[in-house]
Amino acid sequence: MNPRPTPSPEPRIGFYVCHCGSNIADSVDCAEVARYVAGLPGVVIARDYKYMCSDPGQELIQHDIREHGLNRVVVASCSPLLHEATFRKAVSKAGLNPFLFQMVNIREHVSWVHKDRQAATAKARALARAAVERVRYHRPLQPVRVPIRAEALVIGGGIAGIHAALTLAEAGKRVILVERQPSIGGHMAQLDKTFPTLDCAACILTPKMSAVRAHPNITLWTYSEVIRVEGYVGNFTVTVRRKPRYVNETLCVGCKACVEACVFKDGRFPDEFNAGLSRRKPIYLPFPQATPQVVLIDPDRCLNLKTGKCKKTCVEACDRNAIVFDQQPEIHEVQVGTVIVATGFKLFDPARIPQYGYGRYPNVFTTLEVERLVNSSGPTGGEIRLRDGRTPRSVGFILCVGSRDHHTNPWCSRTCCMHSMKLALLIREHLDAEVTIFYMDIRAPGKGYEEFYDRCLREGIQFVRGRVAEVTDWAMTPEEEGKLVVRVEDTLAGFVRRIPLDMVVLAVGKEPQPDAQELRRLLNLSCSAEGWFLERHPKLAPVSTFTDGIFLAGCCQGPKDIPDTVAQAGAAAAEALALMDRGHIEQEPNTAYVDADHCSGCKSCLPLCPYSAIQFDENRGKANINEALCKGCGTCVAACPSGSIHQNLFDDEQVFAEIEGVLSHA
Amino acid sequence: MKYAYFPGCSLKGLGRAYEESLLPVLRHLGVELQELDDWNCCGATAYMSVDENRAAVLASRNLALAENNGSTELLAPCSACYLVLNKLQHHITEFPDLRSTVQTALQRAGLAYRGTVRVRHPLDVLVHEIGLDVIREKVVRPLRGLKVAPYYGCQIVRPYATFDDAHQPTTMDRLLTTLGAEVVSYPLKTKCCGGSLTGTVPEAGLRLSYILLKEALRRGAHVVATVCPLCHFNLDAYHEEMERRWGPVRIPTVYFTQLMGLAFGLEPQQLGLHRNLVPFTFPIETTAAA
Repeated sequence: MNPRPTPSPEPRIGFYVCHCGSNIADSVDCAEVARYVAGLPGVVIARDYKYMCSDPGQELIQHDIREHGLNRVVVASCSPLLHEATFRKAVSKAGLNPFLFQMVNIREHVSWVHKDRQAATAKARALARAAVERVRYHRPLQPVRVPIRAEALVIGGGIAGIHAALTLAEAGKRVILVERQPSIGGHMAQLDKTFPTLDCAACILTPKMSAVRAHPNITLWTYSEVIRVEGYVGNFTVTVRRKPRYVNETLCVGCKACVEACVFKDGRFPDEFNAGLSRRKPIYLPFPQATPQVVLIDPDRCLNLKTGKCKKTCVEACDRNAIVFDQQPEIHEVQVGTVIVATGFKLFDPARIPQYGYGRYPNVFTTLEVERLVNSSGPTGGEIRLRDGRTPRSVGFILCVGSRDHHTNPWCSRTCCMHSMKLALLIREHLDAEVTIFYMDIRAPGKGYEEFYDRCLREGIQFVRGRVAEVTDWAMTPEEEGKLVVRVEDTLAGFVRRIPLDMVVLAVGKEPQPDAQELRRLLNLSCSAEGWFLERHPKLAPVSTFTDGIFLAGCCQGPKDIPDTVAQAGAAAAEALALMDRGHIEQEPNTAYVDADHCSGCKSCLPLCPYSAIQFDENRGKANINEALCKGCGTCVAACPSGSIHQNLFDDEQVFAEIEGVLSHA
Repeated sequence: MKYAYFPGCSLKGLGRAYEESLLPVLRHLGVELQELDDWNCCGATAYMSVDENRAAVLASRNLALAENNGSTELLAPCSACYLVLNKLQHHITEFPDLRSTVQTALQRAGLAYRGTVRVRHPLDVLVHEIGLDVIREKVVRPLRGLKVAPYYGCQIVRPYATFDDAHQPTTMDRLLTTLGAEVVSYPLKTKCCGGSLTGTVPEAGLRLSYILLKEALRRGAHVVATVCPLCHFNLDAYHEEMERRWGPVRIPTVYFTQLMGLAFGLEPQQLGLHRNLVPFTFPIETTAAA
């Protein structure tokens, strides 16, 4: 290796080590680190301070830059993810180029992961030295400015996606809302009333659904899925696949004459919207308020699509000629600046807990099924009935089915307590039945929630504390004959009880969507261990992701209720707006560049670039890198056979100096 | 298909009808069993709860013998043996102290155990290795009209649900259906039979057995099928005492392998069915079915 050139002007380095209160100082001797760095060549000043990110901490750096003529700064504190921007801003305020700064992470990488104070201090010293050695070779750089498109993509048309799309559209942005089901509305559309106010879900949701449909700034693509996402913040290219409905969406007015006319006289196939409690035809409108009001044909059920042999009475009935049996999937490509992911959740499948008897005992229901039963537009017109048509006189709710359970899912699904209490109250109102809720803890932490719990207690709903062991039809006494028996340890009464009931309702929890991992890869997101999409910071960046320009809303980030979902959707829209309204973003200038004098024009870098950022200049016979497209991955730098591609902030001398620094014994 | 075979004490004693039916049934299906030479007590549930270390040493010797023979699969039909041997497998990986105790003891007998033997239950082998399709082909005398309560007991599914669900196992249900029998819905399939309490605290133990039999009758079963010698004993041997206390619950209990043998056309005498205290014959006499 050639000796490195001496940097000029002569580096005058300031070094600052942060205690982070006791976060770092408890396991790293910060004063000792400062003392050690003070002795390194080129270091003019080295200090330790309680909170470097505080205003006085930043002013300390600025003061030293002016007072001591510093031209390089190193701060040893937390992860650059947290405060690199803070310190870059601080040094640039004092007139220094922000890229003449280097940050060392001695919190996440040292104090939080080591117990031995001496060893931790030695490691902090080594990392500090590496940064000091490296920063000598930093050069002033300018951030790359990239324009941002003012269109947004919203994935998922539940209440989160609807609210985010409307917020953006109202602010004048063009929005493409993609929903994979035939209608928007999501889970909320299936709910009857909402807790704790008991206002009707449809009454508050359907106006927003119609507003989405009518809004001039929103393009609504239902029955569609995002299949590819390319590009980066401000300039995403998104490919959407629109599944065939076999009905022309612009011609159909939702009159349902075709549904009436279908050769199937009665509904025969499980109706998804009613949780399988009613039957639909192969041609159907998902539910009365479906948006768009356009029917669709189920290709797995339709005689004509399956066999080609059908009288096609639907076609005859449609006076607008909207039925198109040979409709093909459509592929659309759109350009957007930001993406909001609002893909929601999946309900836990209670068959996974066989001792609760779902699927074995007909009168074991899920909360969603009961939701459809109490709904006046549901399969029973709002009458709560058992599967054999009888009216239940006693109903029990089992909470935490697939939640707070290490055999299934460890997390709390957050809405099941309130959801069950709401249904319990509705059942009391509709039927005057005896209602028992089996719970471990009642979690009612929202506004007006505890009061709602109180109301349930006053209305005579029984609460039994204990995790239910099993639901069985094994009767031991004449009163238990023909009933479902819930066996449970009543932990307040202190004994095991057998409680006979007509109807058992399982409060099923929430799970990540089964294909969340595919979407995660598509969008380059991160997931928590449980499979929920990961926010950038749990407190301070709760709707951002680690991919710039992509935001999260609703339950895809974790279980939450409607108020929290709507609040988060609004926040995601606001973050997207802030980005789009600025019109451009400043990107890290860690881009690669070609040393044209040495480039041999071999073109080996061209196919390697994942971002297609390298062009070949035919006239000069040299490769050329588009700074705005380069993401700084370094692939071309490593691959260039003549070593003529370099990368800002990762120049050879910087990296080698850093390695030598960390390896030299402190 | 070849398995090392650990009969345990029950299959040579009280539960010999289990062995008498298991061996011909497996032979009929082309499975070869090689009984361990010089096997000893499995370590037994009761011993395990008194002195875990010594019980573990006993159990490990059997596994070491199998390993020494070059066997990787050991068939343990008795539920207690199956559980104890599986428990040992878990414990020697989880608890290094126990592992060294076991290894030291084995060394003194000139043995060692590397942990390569997988303990298998006949139900697991029949349903998951041989397969129901092969079994169906061997059925020459379908158990048509026979209503069976499938009773698994506790030990083969808990605490280690190795091959079936801990609360709602279905392997025996599917096997019996394959034989042509009608399986009744039997929610007590994994409830306690009373275990050794039938001998020590009869009032409590017998009551549990009684509940099982009563529910089987209530569900219209002609017979209870079991996988466990102790369950079989409790459900077959105490009818007089149960009747004296709570009234008659006259229903026979047989090993699932005996039902398999019948369906394969083997003679009841060959299958140990003559040993039952509450006699079982197939086809069911219509009066008994009422």
